[in-house]
Amino acid sequence: MFEGWDAVALARAQFAFTMSFHIVFPAFTIGLASYLAVLEALWLWTGREVFINLFNYWLKIFAVVFGMGVVSGIVMSYQFGTNWSAFSDKTGPVIGPLMAYEVLTAFFLEAGFLGVMLFGLERVGHRLHFVATLMVAIGTLISAFWILSANSWMQTPAGYALNADGQFVAADWLKVIFNPSFPYRLVHMVLAAYLTTALVVGAVGAFHLLRNQNLAGPRVMFSMAMWMATLVAPIQIIAGDQHGLNTLDHQPVKIMAMEGHYESHSDGAPLILFGWPNQSAGKVDYAVEVPKLGSLILKHSLDAPLAGLDTVPRKDWPPVPITFWSFRIMVAMGFLMLGLGLLSLFMRLRGTLYEQRLLHRFAVAMGPAGFIAVLAGWITTETGRQPFTVYGLLRTAESASPLAAPAVGSSLVAFVIVYFAVFAAGIIYILRLMAAPPHPGEQGPSHDVPTRTAGITPAAGVASATGAAATEGAVR
Amino acid sequence: MIAADVATIWAFIIAFAVFVYVVMDGFDLGLGILFPLFPAKADRDVIMNSVAPVWDGNETWLVLGGGGLMAAFPLAYAVLMPALYTPMIAMLIGLIFRGVAFEFRWRTTQRKRNRWDVAFAGGSWLATLAQGIALGAILQGIHVEERHYAGGWWDWLTPFSLLTGLALVVGYALLGAAWLVLKTEGELRDKAYGLSWSLLFAMLGSIGAVSIATPFLHIQYAQRWFAWPNIILTAPVPIAVAAVTILLLRSLAKRQDSQPFFLSLALFALSYAGLGISMYPYIVPQSITIWQAASPENSQIFMLFGVAVLVPLILGYTAWAYWVFRGKVRPESGYH
Repeated sequence: MFEGWDAVALARAQFAFTMSFHIVFPAFTIGLASYLAVLEALWLWTGREVFINLFNYWLKIFAVVFGMGVVSGIVMSYQFGTNWSAFSDKTGPVIGPLMAYEVLTAFFLEAGFLGVMLFGLERVGHRLHFVATLMVAIGTLISAFWILSANSWMQTPAGYALNADGQFVAADWLKVIFNPSFPYRLVHMVLAAYLTTALVVGAVGAFHLLRNQNLAGPRVMFSMAMWMATLVAPIQIIAGDQHGLNTLDHQPVKIMAMEGHYESHSDGAPLILFGWPNQSAGKVDYAVEVPKLGSLILKHSLDAPLAGLDTVPRKDWPPVPITFWSFRIMVAMGFLMLGLGLLSLFMRLRGTLYEQRLLHRFAVAMGPAGFIAVLAGWITTETGRQPFTVYGLLRTAESASPLAAPAVGSSLVAFVIVYFAVFAAGIIYILRLMAAPPHPGEQGPSHDVPTRTAGITPAAGVASATGAAATEGAVR
Repeated sequence: MIAADVATIWAFIIAFAVFVYVVMDGFDLGLGILFPLFPAKADRDVIMNSVAPVWDGNETWLVLGGGGLMAAFPLAYAVLMPALYTPMIAMLIGLIFRGVAFEFRWRTTQRKRNRWDVAFAGGSWLATLAQGIALGAILQGIHVEERHYAGGWWDWLTPFSLLTGLALVVGYALLGAAWLVLKTEGELRDKAYGLSWSLLFAMLGSIGAVSIATPFLHIQYAQRWFAWPNIILTAPVPIAVAAVTILLLRSLAKRQDSQPFFLSLALFALSYAGLGISMYPYIVPQSITIWQAASPENSQIFMLFGVAVLVPLILGYTAWAYWVFRGKVRPESGYH
């Protein structure tokens, strides 16, 4: 099987597949960890029971998502070597340390405190437990910092030199880490993670409000999530616009692909709304366009000239149809989020936030919108920088491992089967947890025998607890 | 003999990370390996609960080993990973199955829980076998031309690599059994004592078999161990193995719960030191030394700052997490 296939194409398919599955989990856990920290802080501050119930409710979901994020992430950290060994050899001295710092400063922090966060509330006391939650939340953000720095360096390499072995080496670490596209990408992605989480939380809240408008938990989470959408969706659109302008400076060819600008325009480029990019003909078929708007958006001037792909050698063209369409999907999701945020604000001001069924249905439908936007955004930026792994310097085709197609094809098939089986089950479990509303006395992800039988009195419980403490003392 | 340069320091750091991984994930993989021998649900719940709070931290050391190798020795990473393609992919898939089982088995019905228990055991077996096979494949040597792997995608499969694969299964199972001695009580602990006995003898047999086979792989290995004056430095290793074995047998006989686990770890440490003696100074045996594979010094020094500050910190809060969940795990107790 797979003889005669292109090994590089298979390796790319495998990377795209495993990466797409993986990014969904961290996008959710970055936001959810922060949300959990906020919930626990509110509980400690106000003492209101609803916050600890919500905390425990989302903590169970967090445990499942985090586990899937970890195992799909280990795959990523080895795949650079197994499938992109030439890339690893050449860029290891520069991006290897960034990833090593991610492990040292973020992964250990998250993993080290996760156990206490999930299972330790009764063992370490409330304050120390809050510290653990905070450490996990901070860990997810530090992780985003390093991995986006590494990705951004591949997009907009800076601060490097080449050595005699053909390896990239660091000339200036600060320039490597804070390369030109990094701040924009970091802000855009962290906001995306927060919005993604807010939309999921809002959808779960709305789902339960549709059944019962009086439940405290769903009301609180729906309100919190809609505030997030109202405030962050507009900021995200501005951040995305700034990121786009930064890309125009450093990766103009990517912008050409996103905009479908095959042709150059000397006095004002149109904004192509829709159409079908025809890569072989080098034009957009059935284009629906607004004259001069493209130049206005990108150059802030109606008549500014804008170069197209006709100024770029064909061998350096990214796959325009994918880039063009994934970009539009992302933008559409962004504006839908803005719409939800504004609509919820309107209903909130009218005092019908918890009663307006249409809003709740809209919020439920928007539950997956964040994930779709994150995936579409990553597809835009990663296909738009093709055919390079290190932009303009190292081609994708020259980055792959010296593996035969059957090896890569077999592993790709294995990953597809395993991921669909395992992660589909995980998603079902998450949906099942979400289908029940949070209730008073909500328990965390404890794995103990769930219910004590009626015959056991609280006194017996106390006795067994002190017994446990006594043995612990003996072990000590 | 050992030049105190940055590349050597990094070789020790990577070796340390891999060892910590083996120490920490070894026993929880071992629990998965032993899972089929504990069919009762109550036992399985206890076994899972004994590692649920810490398994994720344990696997992070594997990520550090891989990420650190790419950063500090990119050439070695670029050669070894394609050479070990199939075992690596198998290991990753095994780790997926067992990793998700920790949470999934609590989120489903009884019948499907068995399915995730099978995933936990099967994933642990697969990951361990793959790691052991990878080790054997590295030791037996890898075909390198210029800066890349030049062999086929089945080169890793030999009788020797299968031997190291099985040896690691036995070793991790011993760690798992000794962990249960440490963390459980009653019938479960009694059973774990019984398993520890048989697994210890199997482990000694495996160490013996691998030790005998290794010098036949390359003349350099034989010279490293037996030529004068190296033997002065290498002889203490088997002597220490014998000493630890005696202590371990005694602790099993006297049923001192807290000791077999740490003595089994000592046995691992000695085997690991033996591997280091065989391989040094090669990072890809007989083809690439640590200096040839090393990143430029400014990359290695940049990371050295982080390691010097962060690794002690990491060890500190990891130890704290273990401390929080110390003591015996009981099915009915309110532990996590």
